[in-house]
Amino acid sequence: MTLTKRRKHHLVEKGPFIVIASFLVIWFIGISLGEPVRVIEQAVSICLSCIGIG
Amino acid sequence: MEFVRKWVQIVFGFLTNGYWAFPFTRNIYQGPLKVICAPGLNCYSCPAATTYCIIGSIQQLLANVRLSLEGGQYFFGLYVIGSAGILGGLFGRMICGWACPFGFVQELLHKIPSRKFGVPRPLRYGKFVFLVVFVILLPALVVDEFGAGHTWFCKYICPAGTLEAGIPMVFLQPGLRANLGYLFLNKIVILVLFLIWSVLASRPFCRTTCPLGAFYALFSRHKLVKLKLNRDNCTSCGACHPVCPMGVKFDESPEDQDCISCMKCMTKACRFDAIYLEVGGIPVTTGKTVGQPVAVEK
Repeated sequence: MTLTKRRKHHLVEKGPFIVIASFLVIWFIGISLGEPVRVIEQAVSICLSCIGIG
Repeated sequence: MEFVRKWVQIVFGFLTNGYWAFPFTRNIYQGPLKVICAPGLNCYSCPAATTYCIIGSIQQLLANVRLSLEGGQYFFGLYVIGSAGILGGLFGRMICGWACPFGFVQELLHKIPSRKFGVPRPLRYGKFVFLVVFVILLPALVVDEFGAGHTWFCKYICPAGTLEAGIPMVFLQPGLRANLGYLFLNKIVILVLFLIWSVLASRPFCRTTCPLGAFYALFSRHKLVKLKLNRDNCTSCGACHPVCPMGVKFDESPEDQDCISCMKCMTKACRFDAIYLEVGGIPVTTGKTVGQPVAVEK
């Protein structure tokens, strides 16, 4: 069976799209709460104890 | 395909570690790109890191959740979990095989000629323990008198952080050497053990310890891009077993939590065209003469 015929026999899986959409909602809630600002604050400063120093 | 994968790994390694001014600034990158997550395990205290680490960030947010709430801020890690979940839903552990710098390091080490060993199967559940206990519970629940927790996985375990951040920062900022103690020694020992283990066994950290790999493993059944098994064509010859860097027996468990979709089984082992790549349920790899793929038994 060729690839084209195989594709016709398959249905698009909804599961991954539901999962991605759910996490997109979570992601947007995080953004609306202002979390990216805190994330970048943490990411631009070195946490010495986090890397085993101190 | 292996050639392509190696190049993708190199490109992602450079993209997530693209700040090459650090020898002059002697500090980490502090630009706006750090609001984007690294798909793989890549310490954001690495001097060259241009993105944030999902595991490091979620621990920081959970460790300080009490202080955030006291300040009227609801930082539970939703932005970070959302980012990781979107990546997991798209690719799952394919990220481990194609975009994780520490996975790439382990693969390179495994090429060193030596006697090779497997990794005992029960140890693969260890990464879920590290995810739940060291990344979520301990940072959120064990706090000091001020209500702040610690990043337990980064602080006591993460060998990627030691390799990418701890050691380079000690060289870049000599003043830090006065602060080295048992904590650093502990992390160096863990790093050395994993590096040696990587020579002897394939991807031991990914298989036994990586909390990010454990998170992505949760998407093994519901990810957009994945390898599938055509049981009509599979002869159960077992050719896919020895080539798998994660010890997956693809013909027996095609939706295995440890499959990193490196495609070695598909391109190097299977002579019967029984393994193919699928995106959202649609096959995308060309088959020679294959039958109708059948539903995978669950």
